Amino acid sequence: MPLDTSFLTSRLDAAIGWARKYSIFQYPFVTACCGMEYMATACSHYDVDRFGAGFPRFSPRQADVLFVVGTISHKMAPVLKRIHEQMADPKWVVAFGVCTCTGGFYDNYATVMGIDTILPVDVYIPGCPPRPEMVLDGLMKLQDKIQAQRTTGERAAPEARPDILAR
Amino acid sequence: MNDASLIESVEARFPEAVSTAHRFRGDATLVLRRESLLDVARFLEQDPAFSMDLLVDITAVDYSAFGKGPARAFFRSSGVALGPAAQIPDEDPWPGPPDARRFAVVYHFYSMVHRHRLRLVVPVGEVEGATEEVDSLVELWPGANWLEREVWDMFGIRFRGHPDLRRILMYDGFEGHPLRKDYPVNKRQPLIGPVN
Amino acid sequence: MQTTRSDPAELETRDMLLNIGPAHPAMHGIIRVVAQLDGEQIEDADVEIGYLHRGFEKMSEVVDYNGVIPYTDRLNYVSPLINNMGYCMTVEKLLGISVPERCHYVRVILAEISRITDHLTCVGATAMELGAFTVFLYMIKAREYLWELVEKVTGARLTVTYCRVGGVKADLPDDFAEPCRKAFEETRKVLSEADGLLTRNRIFVDRMSGTGVISAEEAIGYGITGPFLRGSGADYDVRKDCPYAVYDRLPFDVPIGSRGDNMDRYLVRMEEMEQSMRIVEAALRDLPPGPVQVDPGTGRPIPAAEMVDLAKAGDIGAIAGGCAVVGPTLEGSGKARHASIAADEKRVFLPPKEDAYGNIEGLMQQFKLVMHGHGVRPPSGEVYFPVEGANGELGFYVVSDGAGRPYRVRVRPPCFAIMSALSRLLTGDSIADMTPTFGSVNMIGGELDR
Repeated sequence: MPLDTSFLTSRLDAAIGWARKYSIFQYPFVTACCGMEYMATACSHYDVDRFGAGFPRFSPRQADVLFVVGTISHKMAPVLKRIHEQMADPKWVVAFGVCTCTGGFYDNYATVMGIDTILPVDVYIPGCPPRPEMVLDGLMKLQDKIQAQRTTGERAAPEARPDILAR
Repeated sequence: MNDASLIESVEARFPEAVSTAHRFRGDATLVLRRESLLDVARFLEQDPAFSMDLLVDITAVDYSAFGKGPARAFFRSSGVALGPAAQIPDEDPWPGPPDARRFAVVYHFYSMVHRHRLRLVVPVGEVEGATEEVDSLVELWPGANWLEREVWDMFGIRFRGHPDLRRILMYDGFEGHPLRKDYPVNKRQPLIGPVN
Repeated sequence: MQTTRSDPAELETRDMLLNIGPAHPAMHGIIRVVAQLDGEQIEDADVEIGYLHRGFEKMSEVVDYNGVIPYTDRLNYVSPLINNMGYCMTVEKLLGISVPERCHYVRVILAEISRITDHLTCVGATAMELGAFTVFLYMIKAREYLWELVEKVTGARLTVTYCRVGGVKADLPDDFAEPCRKAFEETRKVLSEADGLLTRNRIFVDRMSGTGVISAEEAIGYGITGPFLRGSGADYDVRKDCPYAVYDRLPFDVPIGSRGDNMDRYLVRMEEMEQSMRIVEAALRDLPPGPVQVDPGTGRPIPAAEMVDLAKAGDIGAIAGGCAVVGPTLEGSGKARHASIAADEKRVFLPPKEDAYGNIEGLMQQFKLVMHGHGVRPPSGEVYFPVEGANGELGFYVVSDGAGRPYRVRVRPPCFAIMSALSRLLTGDSIADMTPTFGSVNMIGGELDR
């Protein structure tokens, strides 16, 4: 019998989701130009701290959201995958910038065409680089997603790409 | 020294080393023979009239696809120097690729003392699948170390006497040399993840 | 009880290899340093780069000459306008053309604003890593003001793609001087605050002085240029020694350090920001006037969108002799301003929209520059043109074979030379000195790895 129909557990899920979404410890995996917009979002003008996400944790063991900011090259991809594996559940991944969403306009031998080929991504923030308002919008979407998640860490089925599911 | 006298001085000192020279758009350029690169470079650094103390750049060009680019328009007049060029006259036209050989290693030098620039072009060919070797300039300019590693990584041109010639921009297991003209731009060799 | 203390020389020790990076907290980019440590002292450091290699040089062989400009934005992404300008001036040298004087001034103004943003980011990030987080926040605040200014002109904050081969995209907006003045006032406030917080701060001075020392001769041997070299005492600035654009007419000083340590480089950068503001103010004063706004007597003003609709409907008579009224940044540049922002070369720069829609010559010019197989086609040749980037001599080497796409574009990255000297800089210092040294290198991954 599914546990999710009971009143108490759904209230618990909502409470924990509320706590989790307002205490995001991000790991900003900053590589390229999007890093500048990430810095702008995190600083006083567009302040991401008012969303509770103002504390970057520079160790994957202590972080729960992996912000992949900037182009990922083939040389960097194993490092990114390892960082993701080092993070403990529950964890989320935000693809920040179009280079991480689909590869951007670097359609060449050196770039990973979208990090969702190697990681499961929760929120895609396109833009080259995205304006801080877009980043905050993406962050709020992530917060909605976190809120909707069950305490067990089980999440709604991702709109996965068939090639990802097949792997 | 201005560009004309730079070329003349080097040609006078090393007459057998210099194949051709030109001053296209005011950039003094010398095409050297591969074997004499180190001697000429040493002279450029040590001679007080030149004192090229700053090695600006080492790069290479793959001339194998030169002139064979996408089909030109049917307006034949395109590609010719444009109208009365205002400040930079085309007094010394470009002679074309330096040599019949495939690659050319290009060195740019600058002198802080005299404020003049010089470019050296060293044509490098391919012999039995591997490129000919060029002398390394690491002993004269330490900055040449990484620049030559990049030329090796991107073009596959070996440098004789380089202490540590390995890849610098691509990962170690990468096969091929990306900036060569026969390396397709979107050929994928991922370490992890799907190939396409 | 007798205690014996072992003589350190008799203890058998082994160096420790510490892998720093590529994902590490310093928000400068991704490199990997494998440091061989003897206790806290770095005996040897092997620096590995290439984690952000995005194939700029290969991509520029695939797109046309104007299409390379967005790629150049992303080279040194904290000062994109300097890269744009460097590339465009290189191609213009290859073509043998020169842009109008006002265009030179506009490019210089924006390049110097870009230089200020670069130095703000560099000094702010260095300060943050040494613990002065407040200074970082202040400098990013100042950077926001400058980015808003850049956005007024170009339409984008960071990746601007503003210059074109043969000119710039659009003229400065009419009300540029006042927001610029305000932004500089804020920036000067921030700089004086940061100066008060850092320059005589005991902790900052102790950490920055005497670390990362390199002499001028050694730096030149490595190919280092820019504020890094000037901190060691050598007087080389491309703007002064090989002047380009209108730098020879603008008054500015070049700060030179003496000791070659991180503190001198920090002071050089702080002073350079002030000098850049001075250049912009002088340029705004000397800016040659562009054509005045549409004179109702000579050309009827038509809103641009209406003109496009009329032209597409074929109603040439209604727009003949008219002059489009456009906002200069987002809607492009109308005919009135065209002469001041673009070189008068038909085969290089797109015509104003009034001509493209209004007469057959303009249409042909547009067609020949835009359609596949045509485009800007410089004569065959090779050129090298250096500009003063925020990190040093940024040079572009372009080889053309006469086709519409560049045959080879090489960017000479200034921080590549500095990074090649990094292992020499780190050796001998302690591991805590790595932070200020690496911060003052101002490594920008996009430029280093391209």
